[in-house]
Amino acid sequence: MTDVSEIPRTDLVLHVNGAGHRIRVDPRTTLLDVLREHLGLTGAKKGCDHGQCGACTVLLDGRRVNSCLALAVAHQDAEILTIEGLADGERLHPVQEAFLERDAYQCGYCTPGQICSAVGMLAEARAEGTELDADEIRERMSGNLCRCGAYVNIVDAIGDVAAGG
Amino acid sequence: MRPLTYERAGDAGAARAALAQHGRGARYLAGGTNLVDLMKLGVEAPTHLVDVRHLPYDRIDDTEDGGLRIGATVTNNALAADARVRESYPVLSQALLAGASGQLRNLATVGGNLLQRTRCAYFQDVTKPCNKRDPGTGCPAREGDHRNLAILGHSEACVATHPSDMAVALVALGATVHVLGDTGEREIAMPGLHRLPGDEPQRDTVLAPGELITAVQLPGLGRLGVRSHYRKVRDRASYAFAVVSIAAAVDVAADGTIADCRIAFGGLAHVPWRAEAAEARLRGAPATEASFAAAAAADAELAAARPLRDNGFKVPLARNLLVRTLVELSEGTEGAAR
Repeated sequence: MTDVSEIPRTDLVLHVNGAGHRIRVDPRTTLLDVLREHLGLTGAKKGCDHGQCGACTVLLDGRRVNSCLALAVAHQDAEILTIEGLADGERLHPVQEAFLERDAYQCGYCTPGQICSAVGMLAEARAEGTELDADEIRERMSGNLCRCGAYVNIVDAIGDVAAGG
Repeated sequence: MRPLTYERAGDAGAARAALAQHGRGARYLAGGTNLVDLMKLGVEAPTHLVDVRHLPYDRIDDTEDGGLRIGATVTNNALAADARVRESYPVLSQALLAGASGQLRNLATVGGNLLQRTRCAYFQDVTKPCNKRDPGTGCPAREGDHRNLAILGHSEACVATHPSDMAVALVALGATVHVLGDTGEREIAMPGLHRLPGDEPQRDTVLAPGELITAVQLPGLGRLGVRSHYRKVRDRASYAFAVVSIAAAVDVAADGTIADCRIAFGGLAHVPWRAEAAEARLRGAPATEASFAAAAAADAELAAARPLRDNGFKVPLARNLLVRTLVELSEGTEGAAR
């Protein structure tokens, strides 16, 4: 067994939802585990922990990523945005509003990842000038699984935002 | 996971020196989407990570011959979205977008994509023997679950497939990989980067230990590159590895014959498989459906197939994919319109 006191630790600074955090972690720690276990931000969820389900999706410099496969130590220069930082005070983000409006969830476990992924995806499509129809939304959101099967309403919610509704 | 240390390399020389200094347990880290996953699975157990993601290889530059030089740390999504790639090499953009998910593509880099490991279930399961992961322990896939494994170029030791979509497009386009090693820079012409398993399946590529991919260069291909397409057959509509995929480009001459073509398959071998026999058969042949439907080209290529017990279906699947993709690509071109 490895003596715990001999495990290397590293000091790092992470910028999450507009605030800097100084923490000391084992360099193997993923961004997801830092968010949940060190910073108390439990919105991003641990589903598969292998980058296959998307429940851990957060935004790094505006781009959606799987936080379970990102080592925290490697992303100290990024602006990290989680579901907790998406609303502007009491005013929800348009994608959050749309998910409420369309009842785009059942158990809610995948929802923070779905919403962060949708925010990133909408920005990607805007930058490319791609029109998003339902098929295109399904393809671009295929990295987010919903075991309840709320896909129909998820696609509608994202479609509303894409259409500016 | 074994305890490890981490450092961010300031330049390529420092990265290579750090890797050499830490010996066999050191690994380059870029996007980490495959390496971190393999660490969780226990397949990889690095003791030191050298982060190369911040090296100055994040640009896509025009080259003098009308091609592109793509830095090794450009992300898969950035490359797929690049207007020059979408215009001049649609097969590459399509291949990238057919792979992984939006989230993974935002982390994954060009260099890392080339060096990702097979998704063979035995390779990823440390409780099972695997000659690629643990040389000499055997290959359970030969008698076990091999429905999605190789039909071409496999060996007694290993029947794994290469998982990358991007690499299939790069092989079809004749890309060159730039690497930095002990003797300076060298260039590796694709498909020469990846190697067949032979009796050393632990070696996926021809890279020497510590060699660092710095860029991938695409030759200027003009009309041939524009007339290119990637098509992927998988077990579900999205976010799955290929069962069989094809990257193809066709230039049809005014007289209706095939002036030039490029064909590469994914999901069939330990390497992205350049179908040179099929290409040779098609050059100069009429670009008609009858010509493709005869499947002479595909049979020329796939005659060498040695399917395993449960993956014989890949032979007709690859043939049909080739015929259908070439028919669609040549339709609408000047020569084939008649």
